[in-house]
Order: sequence, then structure tokens, then C-alpha cells
Amino acid sequence: MQPPAPGGHAPENPLVSLVDAHMHFGAVRALDGVSLTISPGECLGLIGHNGAGKSTAVNVINGGLTPTGGAVEYTLPDGSRATGAAARAAGIRSVFQELSLCPNLTVEENLRIPQHDLWGPGWRRIARKRIAKALDEVFPGHRIKPGMTVGGLTLAERQMVEIATGFAEATEPARLVILDEPTSSLDASIAHQLLDYVRGFCARGGAVIFISHMLGEVFEVATRIDVMKDGRITQSRPVAEFTQQGLIDAMGHVASVEATTAIREDAATRIGEEVLRTDEGLSARRGEIVGLAGLAGHGQAEALARFFMGRSSGPRHSSHPDVVFVAGDRARDGVMPLWSILRNLTLTHLPALTRRSIVDRAAEKVLGADWKRRIGIRTDDILNPILSLSGGNQQKVLFARSLASSAPIVVMDDPMRGVDVGTKREAYDMIRFEASAGRTFLWYSTETEEICQCDRVFVFRNGRISAELTGDQINEENILAASFEMQESTA
Amino acid sequence: MTDTVISTLSQTHRRPWFWAFVASTAAFGATLLLTEGRGGGELLSAALTFAAFSAIVGIGQMFVITLGPGNVDLSIPATMTLAGTLSLKFMGGDAALILPGLGVALAVGLGAGTANYLLIRFLRIPPIIATLSASFLYQSLAIWSNRGLRIKPPSILADFTTGATLGVPNVAIVGLLIAVIAWIILERSIYGRWLSAVGQNARAARLSGVPVQLMFAATFIGSAVLASLTGYLLASFSGGAALNMGTEYLLISIAVVVIGGCSIAGGYSNVPGIWGGALLMFLIVSMLNSYGLGAGVRLIMTGTIIIAIVAAAAGKESSA
Repeated sequence: MQPPAPGGHAPENPLVSLVDAHMHFGAVRALDGVSLTISPGECLGLIGHNGAGKSTAVNVINGGLTPTGGAVEYTLPDGSRATGAAARAAGIRSVFQELSLCPNLTVEENLRIPQHDLWGPGWRRIARKRIAKALDEVFPGHRIKPGMTVGGLTLAERQMVEIATGFAEATEPARLVILDEPTSSLDASIAHQLLDYVRGFCARGGAVIFISHMLGEVFEVATRIDVMKDGRITQSRPVAEFTQQGLIDAMGHVASVEATTAIREDAATRIGEEVLRTDEGLSARRGEIVGLAGLAGHGQAEALARFFMGRSSGPRHSSHPDVVFVAGDRARDGVMPLWSILRNLTLTHLPALTRRSIVDRAAEKVLGADWKRRIGIRTDDILNPILSLSGGNQQKVLFARSLASSAPIVVMDDPMRGVDVGTKREAYDMIRFEASAGRTFLWYSTETEEICQCDRVFVFRNGRISAELTGDQINEENILAASFEMQESTA
Repeated sequence: MTDTVISTLSQTHRRPWFWAFVASTAAFGATLLLTEGRGGGELLSAALTFAAFSAIVGIGQMFVITLGPGNVDLSIPATMTLAGTLSLKFMGGDAALILPGLGVALAVGLGAGTANYLLIRFLRIPPIIATLSASFLYQSLAIWSNRGLRIKPPSILADFTTGATLGVPNVAIVGLLIAVIAWIILERSIYGRWLSAVGQNARAARLSGVPVQLMFAATFIGSAVLASLTGYLLASFSGGAALNMGTEYLLISIAVVVIGGCSIAGGYSNVPGIWGGALLMFLIVSMLNSYGLGAGVRLIMTGTIIIAIVAAAAGKESSA
């Protein structure tokens, strides 16, 4: 016998049951004891923060990840129970948030990827029939032809194809379909068609896991809502027992207040005149720490990149930078893998260390030694390769690269990603110190604790600024409220 | 003091260019073994002369390859031919026009390099395709302006390019001077740093304030200017421009970069290796020639030896 899901009922014959599932990636506990069951006819709304563990839970349920602890059990169509690779046979399908279609293939050819029985002469004909039927059922009135190349479709049409693939007829009929942010690129009327279809699908005995940050949609379609936080399910109740405000409260957690107040108390003396304002409404003043918040992928990184690129071109920029960039995705945006720590550290400030085009290597070493001491890079020799450092120490080098320059504005693209707590504390101190010396920070972070250190916060949703918070308004509740779509979705 | 000398010596075999020089010396020795030591001076002089041409275009190619994967200048042969053809036609054998003629050649390089860069930057054509297709254009211009005429260089210029100073061929002196300047740019100047940064990760370089587009423009223009200088010297050396004079330098310019121990993936290169590779390319061929091997065997041997050198250098690198 398995224990009942917290607050939920224990059905006799669940399609899937997770019992105390743990999933650890190194020191990261993505799932920390999750128990849930899904039965035919249920539509489970799964909600939570960035990094709460939703995607990991989905991947454990669909068999993509094997949990490091606990058990996953499926009920096969013939009524027997199975574990492990049986997910597909049990009729479990996933539709992912990141579009996973092959853009160079046609719509019907893409169906071949999940459906392995499509082969031999005439498989395209069968695929065409299946995908056309699914599209007609889920999105009546769509204008997608199975022979169209996916690369030529709009983002919304691709998402429609992906959803239809999840519900399409196959040798094993779909019994549980996991929809991860299915409506993120769909407009309201198309989204409504999907919600209608999902309700019908469940009424016919299917099951759906519906993950969305559009709380209105979740309320409309779900029969039960599970709230995830820090790798656990904290609440699981029938939908009627939740209110939207209650859900937002359930997702959040109280930020550490002491750090917040410490950084804000000198704000009045620190902050000066306005130094930047962009078309989309982003603005900052001298000495101000401005946060960019909201759910991941809602346009914050793009806004920062646009601002940086716009302010960092022209011949004068290299020698007198106006704005510098601290990368969070170190491998993609920051580290020079063949170089020493020293060379990585001095890259941005190098023009100031150069006389008649020749680098003053003695001055470079002095600067390197100075920053090594100031930010405590843990290495015995600054000429060691950068890749000999841990991730956190590499990040310190990237901080130093930007802060060593004379630029008045520092742009930070989620720089604390994968950094340990000690390094974070040091970095916060560094940011405070530099801000009090008159530098302006634009700080995108996915962690609310960091956003709460800012003087002013812009919350992004769907690529636009949805709220501007200052002073005491900056708290987790307000940020979450502005990150999530509050109004009911309309037809 | 002694310690540093010893550590420098013990480090030498780890240098990426080490094996190119070892192999060059071996090929030189093997050739002399056959002739029982006679003709060593002549062989060395010829090697330095022909290696100089390869080294100058090779240095240009090295800078381009350092920019990162997919960056290579395939227009070098056509640029050489066009610069040689136009400058010799301009001089028309008149000694007073030697320097203006050099100016014409370098202007051709400047123009070709700029055209290459603009194709890459504004039409967003991959460098391989852009430089290859542009080279058809340059080659056609050379054919059109040449019309089968072979104009002799001014005799002073011909004497200079075939002559020697203190026993060292003049062309080799030019090649060595260019190598020294290239070494300073690569190892000591901010441009070398920026080049390496772009080659390792262009996106990160841009975000760190490196003027990436400036580096691309300067590098492609530099490569074309070095090719045009080589075209000018080679045409003068061989008594006139020929339409096929650049052909073999397409492969050589890339081969010397690889043999010299530069990373074909970009971001990591060195100048001494270019000279090592250039000497080796000449000495292998003359060694195989003097052993009287046929053309087919010669090509097979050349290929095999190059593979062995590159493999030896790569093996050293990973074990170091």
C-alpha cells in the first residue's frame, strides 16, 4: 500500500504513483520526497516557482529521469503495474515548454519521433491521418497542413503541433498527457480551445498534468492543484479549496529580512540623478541597485543584452566603457577557457593598461594581485588556468573583470547561478560597496532573495515590464503577483 | 640565471612549434646525406627564400584562423595574383616606379581585404564561402588586366628579390622582419589579446568590451595585405606575374598554420611555428626530389609526414 498524497484522496487504480521520490543532482535536491498519484479523469494543476522542481517531477513521471530515491509505478492498460521504462507503454506523453520539434522536417514527419511504429512504405500517410485528426480535434479551425515544414510555422503553430502530437492516436493511446506551459505562445482563443479539449479528454477518462504560470487557466481546467516549493509538494487540494491569492502565498516563502534592510538603509544618501532610461521603461539612477525580476525567460536577459549592446558600441567604448557586463552563463558569456586567471581578469580593463598598443604586463600583474586579495580568489598562483578554479571562483574573476574597469554602469545577468552561499555573501558586499562609490547596477536574478536586496525592481512578464516596485513594496508576494497572469483567461 | 636557461631548454620541447623545426632539420640533414654534404649552403638559401613567401602568407592566414572556427581566407592565391599582375603592369619595368608599384600592390590587398570583410559582415556570408567566391572575382580581374602579357619587373627590384645581404636572401630578411612584427602584435600588444579572446569565445569577448567587428575587419584586411605583398615579391622574384602563381599557396598557407602548432579551432597560435612549417614544406619536397622519387610517391610522402608532425605535436600537448 502506498501512503496517500498529502491532503488528497488515495484512488484505487492510479495511472502513475510517485512514492517519496528523491532526485539529487550533486548537492542540489531537485526533488526532496515527492508523493503524488494521478488517476483517470483527473486534471492536476502543478504550480510553483522557478526551480521548485516541477520540470524534474515531470521528467521522473515520464521516465526521462530515474529518481535517486523512492519509487515510480505505472498502471499498464491491461491493469498490471510496472516501473522504469514502461512510461511510454502506460500511455504517458509529455509536451514540453521548450519546443522540441525538428524545424527541418514536416509536421507529419515530426510525429515519427515519438511514434516508433511509423515505418515502412506509406508511413507518412498514416502519420498524416493521425496528426491531422488530432489537430482538428484539439484546435478546430486551425490552418496547419501536415505537409508543412515546421521551420515555416509561427511559434504558436509549432506549439499547437506539439500539443496535438501529445494527444495523437498511436498504438498505445494517450492516457496521461503532461502539458508544461502549453499556452505560453498561444493567444487567448486558441488557449481556450485547448482548455476545452483537456476538460473533454479528462471527462472521457484521460488524465492531464497541467503546468502553467497563468493561474486563471489552472483554475479553469484543473480538478486538483499541487503546489511545489523547494522540491516538495507543500499543498495538494481540490481546486475549489484554493483562491488565487492563497495560491501565491502558498508558492512563496519569507525572504531573509536582515540582509534586505541592511542594504537599503543608506539608499537615501547613495542614490543620485538618473543615468539611464530605455524605451521599454527601464530606468536607473546613480548609485542605485535596480533588480529585474519575474519568471525565467520572460525577457529580462534580452532587455539587458539590448541595453548593453546599445550602449557599448563605437570606437571609444573599449577604452572608456560606459557599461560593463557580468555574465551568469559563464561558459557561454564569460570565461576564456584557454587563458590564465590573470588574463581573464584584466580583459575589460586592458585598454587602460596599454601604452602605445603594448600591454604593460607589470601593471597587469599588480592589478591582478590587487583583485585577487580584494575578492579572495582561492588559488596559489594567478597565472594558473582559469578552468582550474571552481565555478564560484570563476564567477569572482568575472565580477573582478567588470568591476576593475571604470564603467559607471554594471549589468549583471543572473550572476549567482550555481554559486555557493559564501561566495554570494561576498558578492553582495562587493555590490553594496561599489554602489556606495557611485556605481549603478542592473541586476537580473531568478532568486527572490537577491531581488529583495535591490532599491528598485522591475518585474517582467511576457517580454514587458508588468510592475515597478520600490522600497517596502519589494517583497516576494508583490513580485509573484506581478509575475503571474492574474486575470481569468477569456475566450 | 643558469636555472632559467636550463628550464627554458627543458621547456623548449613543449613548445607547439618545436616539432616543425625538428622535422625541418631532419629533412635538411637527410638531403645532405645524399649529396654527402655538398650544396648545403645553396639548399639553405633556397629554403629560406621559398619559405619566406609561404611564411608571409601563412602569418596572414594564422591571424584569420585565430579568429575562431570557420574563419579562413581562401582568397589568398587570387589576391597574390592580382597584386602581382597589377603592380608589375603599373611599373612597366620602370625603376622609378618601384615604391609606387609596391603601393599599388598593397592597395590591392587593402581593397580585397575590405571587400572580404564587407561580404562577411553585411551579407552575412560564412568566411569560407565569402573569400572563395571573392577570389573568383579577383582572379578574373587579374586575367582581364593581364591578357597573357608577361611584363618584366624593374631590374633593380628583380635583383633585390633574388639577391642576398650578408649571405641571407633579401626575401628571407623581409619575411623575418614581418614575423618579428607579427610576434609583437600577437604576444605583446592588446590586439593579440583581443584576437585570442575573439577566437576563444566571440560572444564573451563582445560582452567584455572587445571590439569584435574591428578585430574581424583588421584581420581579414591584414591577411589580404600580406598576400598582396607576397604577390609583389614573388612576381618580381620570378621575373613576371603568372596567372597561376598563387595556386599552391592556398594549401601551403593553411598547412603551415597547422604544422606550426596553432589551434585550427582558433584562439591559440604562435609565429615561430609558421616559419618552422614553411621551412618544412619546402625541405620535404626538395628531400624527396633529391631521392629521385616520382610525383605520386612524393605527394603521398608529403601528406604522411605532415600527418605525423601534427600528430606528434598534438600528442605532446595533451601529455604536457
